[in-house]
Amino acid sequence: MKLNLKIWRQQDAKSKGKMTDYAISGVEGDMSFLEMLDVLNEQLINKGDEPVVFDHDCREGICGSCSLMINGEPHGPDRMVTTCQLHMRKFSDGDTIVIEPFRAKAFPVIKDLMVDRSSFDRIQQAGGYVSVNTSGNTQDANSIPIEKDNADDAFYAAACIGCGACVAACKNASAMLFTSAKVSQYALLPQGQVEATERVQNMVRQMDLEGFGNCTNTGACEIECPKGISLENIARLNREYYSANLKG
Amino acid sequence: MGILDSKVPAGPLADKWTDYKNHIELVNPANKRNIDIIVVGTGLAGGAAAATLAELGYNVKTFCYQDSPRRAHSIAAQGGINAAKNYQGDGDSNYRLFYDTVKGGDYRSREANVYRLAEVSGNIIDQCVAQGVPFAREYGGLLDNRSFGGVLVSRTFYAKGQTGQQLLLGAYSAMNRQINRGKIQSHNRHEMMDLVKIDGKARGIIARNLVTGEIERHSAHAVVLATGGYGNVFFLSTNAMGSNVMAAWRAHRRGAFMANPCFTQIHPTCIPVSGDHQSKLTLMSESLRNDGRIWVPARLEDAQAIREGKLKPTQLAEAERDYYLERRYPAFGNLVPRDVASRAAKERCDAGFGVNKTGEAVYLDFAAAIERYGNEKALTSGIKNADKNTVTKLGKDIVEAKYGNLFQMYEKIVDENPYETPMMIYPAVHYTMGGLWVDYNLQTTVEGCYAAGEANFSDHGANRLGASALMQGLADGYFVLPYTIGDYLSNDIRTGEISTESPEFESAENEVKERIQKLISSKGEHSVDYYHKKLGKIMWNQCGMSRNAKDLQNAIDEISALRTDFWANVKVPGTADGLNQELEKAGRVADFLELGELFAKDALTRNESCGGHFREEYQTPEGEALRDDENFKFVSAWEYKGEPKDAVLHKEELVYENIELKTRSYK
Repeated sequence: MKLNLKIWRQQDAKSKGKMTDYAISGVEGDMSFLEMLDVLNEQLINKGDEPVVFDHDCREGICGSCSLMINGEPHGPDRMVTTCQLHMRKFSDGDTIVIEPFRAKAFPVIKDLMVDRSSFDRIQQAGGYVSVNTSGNTQDANSIPIEKDNADDAFYAAACIGCGACVAACKNASAMLFTSAKVSQYALLPQGQVEATERVQNMVRQMDLEGFGNCTNTGACEIECPKGISLENIARLNREYYSANLKG
Repeated sequence: MGILDSKVPAGPLADKWTDYKNHIELVNPANKRNIDIIVVGTGLAGGAAAATLAELGYNVKTFCYQDSPRRAHSIAAQGGINAAKNYQGDGDSNYRLFYDTVKGGDYRSREANVYRLAEVSGNIIDQCVAQGVPFAREYGGLLDNRSFGGVLVSRTFYAKGQTGQQLLLGAYSAMNRQINRGKIQSHNRHEMMDLVKIDGKARGIIARNLVTGEIERHSAHAVVLATGGYGNVFFLSTNAMGSNVMAAWRAHRRGAFMANPCFTQIHPTCIPVSGDHQSKLTLMSESLRNDGRIWVPARLEDAQAIREGKLKPTQLAEAERDYYLERRYPAFGNLVPRDVASRAAKERCDAGFGVNKTGEAVYLDFAAAIERYGNEKALTSGIKNADKNTVTKLGKDIVEAKYGNLFQMYEKIVDENPYETPMMIYPAVHYTMGGLWVDYNLQTTVEGCYAAGEANFSDHGANRLGASALMQGLADGYFVLPYTIGDYLSNDIRTGEISTESPEFESAENEVKERIQKLISSKGEHSVDYYHKKLGKIMWNQCGMSRNAKDLQNAIDEISALRTDFWANVKVPGTADGLNQELEKAGRVADFLELGELFAKDALTRNESCGGHFREEYQTPEGEALRDDENFKFVSAWEYKGEPKDAVLHKEELVYENIELKTRSYK
């Protein structure tokens, strides 16, 4: 396959970026999207140019590092996959592919396609935990039975990989799906109840401070989420948030 | 005893850890506030250690190369975590978990460390549940278990195929709580470039800020390395792209001995290599072997026809298939330990029975499981004389419920439907049992420098059992290090803050800068990946699943020559004063080029076969590993002396007082 790539190049956070055209040939359907970029980078290095910078690590869809906007969609045209699991067989010979970073005020560009998602970490630090000491001196794991449906739903919420596709997909650059996934995980488990009020208030406050937008129930986040995190979580966050505020 | 003192406490095995904890020195809470600890790596071991140490009151600084601690590669562990809870009442106990782990490791691990691991395993599950880790549960609301290779009980706790992710996010949340309290300073997108020693003690690190390129000095009273394994020395592995040996290797160069570097786990069920562009390999969880049957065609001509695309696997009748694991190991069948399963796959493929274009793949077939589950479901649903289509449909639904996410992953990568045609799998490098030598306290041979998780060598011997890596990482981090480090730091309460202005920091920083300068100014002709791929080929072909003296000697020579070529001809574009991923890779590959040679040297000196280390010269007439307990019942710990060829071997004799050494048999 031969492809035309239009890639966002930006030297650093302060510089102005621009789209740059690259032609690439010899792309095979079995390659992952990132392996296609590896081939491009190898060519650039051999020519003496600087390779395209992008975040990636596990390359099996779980670490949440990779974060490319491909033809206007976070993680590209396939569903329920991250960019590293997207394969080139989803494209055709002669295609033009536009590759940009995830864009949001709270995700400033570091270089080329790499963005700073530390705002996500700060939301978690504001309350994404249960305040239990890690001494191991807790009660036996089976002493509190948890209804299977709740345990399963908590798991589905906890499966969020923190990639930021929800933010990139949202016209408001809202982090509601991300934040609600963590709030939901704990809201569904008895271990999360004690701190529920403070948790949701603190996490939402931090989310706003970081400059993420509001949720207008568009639902693009759910469609683009590589892990299928459901919009139900946002409803649950709203419920938790309102009831926390009523409690004061 | 030599110069290696394992510091294993005296007394009966089951009492050692309790006695130890009762007699160590403690640091009072006010003094803990004046003590700094650096933790490098934020996976299960590092994240857990950082959280617990901070909670105890120490000032913790963490470092990771990823943009967030949550992305450490522990996150990719799929199958589960072992614990001797005996919730299933199937006869499990601390002793049995201990026994299985030592036997699974082919009697090359340290008894006392493994027993302690088994002893704290139950607490890990309690701890994680208290943190809100959503483990799989049964309808009664209690925790569910599954079974893994090499054991006869169900002791594996899991969260679908994402157990590592859930446990890591648990540790990450515990870290976040301490970051919020100001007790952990988290340095992300930072790489440790060197260990700084003052008066023989580890007192800090030199780190590079990967975004700005700045070289930073960080001091502490103790340094914990929880930086994972070195499987990427093979280029292709199931490790993350960034996983590397730099922190451990820099510590090795500063005096930490490297133990058993040749003990590497090759995981039997990975998706086969599809071409030269391949950047990494994807694991399919071992849990698939609970239901999948592994086979190759019985006749060479059928294998050839399949490779040429003239025959489909589903066209072969039962009698024309060779279920070689069930044939060779009737007792454990498809659930033999990983090293045994991997070698058996290689044996069949080397003999010409491989089933993909490259000849390096075997089948993992779910047809029998689909039929079995389908029949059962038909009966329980009251369908009498169900036809084949109905049975298949019902069976597929059950297999999908159990392994759906893995089947989907396979289909995305390979573009074949594993419900219709058998999966193709082949072994791939997955985990390194070898690592920095540590004593019972998890301290390396550098005083004040600790190693935890995959980065150390101590618990898995020559082969790790499934679902034991997560257990060990969390045990080291949550429950072992907090005690042992406290004992060490009780001598440091009057030391005060460690200055970074000392000559030792100065010279370490200068060495780091010189090395970076050398890499960035070397405008040669080949990319870093060119060298990494070459190294990987040498390692895989000559130090891989089976090894012999001639190949290993070749590997040593070739890696040494490749290293010389690398320093003369590598091409690193860009500059060092900003983000430069090629420069990061170059530093990591430079260290792999040293480690690889030591790896081969270690394999060459170990004239026996044990666990993942299979020397062709040492096998039984049936082709099984032939261990030599008389001459090799020791840990090889290598001391750095300049070039890898000059490394000096120290031996820690392994003492087995509680387990009788036997030939490991799964037949």
